[in-house]
Amino acid sequence: MEILVCVKRVPDTAENEFELNSAGNDLDRDDLVYSVNEWDNYAVEEAIQIVDNAGGSVTVITVGDDESEEVLRREMAMGANNGVLLSDDAFDGSDGKGIAAILKAQIEKGKYDLILTGAQADEGAGQVGGMLAAMLDYPYASLVNKIEIVDDTTIKVGREIEGGNQEMNEIQLPCVLSIQTGINEPRYVGIRGIRKVASVDIPVNGAGDLGIDAATVGAAGAKTKRVDYFVPDLGDGAEMLEGSTDEIIEKLIERLKAKGGL
Amino acid sequence: MTQVFAYIPFKNGSAEDVALEYPEAVKKIDPAASLTAVVTGSGADLDAVAQDLTNTYKEVIKISHADLAYPNAELVRKALQDVLPKDAIVLVPHDTFGMDLAPGLSVKMDAAYAADIVDFEGIDGTSLKLIRQELGGAVYTHVTADISSGAVITIRPGSFAPTEAGSAGGKVTDKSGEVKELPAKRKFLEIVEAEVGDVDITKSDVLVSIGRGIEEQENIEIAQELAEAMGAVVSCSRPIVDAKWLEKSRQVGTSGQTVKPKVYMAMGISGSFQHLGGVKGNPFIVAVNKNPKAPIFQVADVGIVEDILEFMPELTEAIKSQ
Repeated sequence: MEILVCVKRVPDTAENEFELNSAGNDLDRDDLVYSVNEWDNYAVEEAIQIVDNAGGSVTVITVGDDESEEVLRREMAMGANNGVLLSDDAFDGSDGKGIAAILKAQIEKGKYDLILTGAQADEGAGQVGGMLAAMLDYPYASLVNKIEIVDDTTIKVGREIEGGNQEMNEIQLPCVLSIQTGINEPRYVGIRGIRKVASVDIPVNGAGDLGIDAATVGAAGAKTKRVDYFVPDLGDGAEMLEGSTDEIIEKLIERLKAKGGL
Repeated sequence: MTQVFAYIPFKNGSAEDVALEYPEAVKKIDPAASLTAVVTGSGADLDAVAQDLTNTYKEVIKISHADLAYPNAELVRKALQDVLPKDAIVLVPHDTFGMDLAPGLSVKMDAAYAADIVDFEGIDGTSLKLIRQELGGAVYTHVTADISSGAVITIRPGSFAPTEAGSAGGKVTDKSGEVKELPAKRKFLEIVEAEVGDVDITKSDVLVSIGRGIEEQENIEIAQELAEAMGAVVSCSRPIVDAKWLEKSRQVGTSGQTVKPKVYMAMGISGSFQHLGGVKGNPFIVAVNKNPKAPIFQVADVGIVEDILEFMPELTEAIKSQ
């Protein structure tokens, strides 16, 4: 089974406190910690496990700048066989469809049975997988939390739906799936693993290599554009308890008693 | 004139709550817009829902097909593609079905796409201004969508005030005949129901709910001790279940359990909308988080900026010594 996984370098929500810049129109990006989008690690792990059982290879690709190479290398340290960076100034400002179009161009240079993405990334749209599938005319399933290989042409997938229930589907290959967290337990990547792939060649493809008309991607081709970032004034929010820990606990216990918590 | 089509999901013959939220959303897009409800399915269920929707919507489009009895997103997409005008604005809920349907629909309709919208700021020419969140709700963004060739927009359920189901006296139009062949590359098999766990968190009046802030599996004991002292039960957010530290049946959220406690102790939980979507009944929410910017503080009644690993044991001791 030839599997391709689309990954993304994102600001780590567990490691950062997000602040706006002084102009108030963008994040203050100076000290942000970046990592692989959490969902993507599950997708790569799933791909590796499938290939371990059924044979084949795993390729990871990403659209990004030079710094995105590090996330490809990390996923290769997990066990992905190949990595390709899709990078070009013309890609800047792409909306979801722009990104999907760039990925599609790379995917069509190879032959893959299964294409995986994370269910969502930092922007929380959960859009690229579904768009990519529609552009390729492949079937698609989102929020996948189970994959069962039936044969060379068919797989069964479980989708996470509301209430903790699972929707089982049969899908023909090739297909695109977006992977939900919890489908597996992504393996740990140590320093040794990273070192092993430190000098592996990662090819870089730009618009020209991919045969993409620059006017159809990037900011020029985007129908949906982010104008700014902001933090709304949502009123007072919580009553913040302050003081020493003992004082806070005393105030909290008082309120819990009043509200039936104790 | 702006034409808006709202896709209405339904279960067991009744429309989901979002059906009453679309009208308010559409007012914010363009008060002069026309709004049509769209339902797909088959049989008596579909007919009942379509008829019911005429109380809220002047126009209801019904698409009936045996293969649409279960809402398989791939088939629904094709049906909508065949029936809806190319330059329409199509609204879909941002839930597990909408996420399956909408991105591909926007490609096939060659329309702009905007996901998980929480508010609209109107249309200027062909540009619709929308509001959404990024980074797990830590920041908001304004987004513009060029709607000159239509748009597919998913809206976050619960973001728009529900309208009263009135007596719009609408009519149902059957467009089933316009649907051409439906694809068959993806086939729905069955729903596997969630497993029942050892503890039913939906029955507890007080929940000590833990999130990423618990850091290690071993630390769950600290939360259990607090829960014991309070006569509460331990529940959790998604990352704890993903890490297999607690059973899925303990997870609060849209993809887990919906709980209605009197008191909800959110311990080291950032407060994503998927998590909060499972907290109903307006409980008294106590949030403890070491990140003062955690979105949970916007919805909590009482907030405390502390490390839960240090705070919980002290609280447990204080309660025990009462």
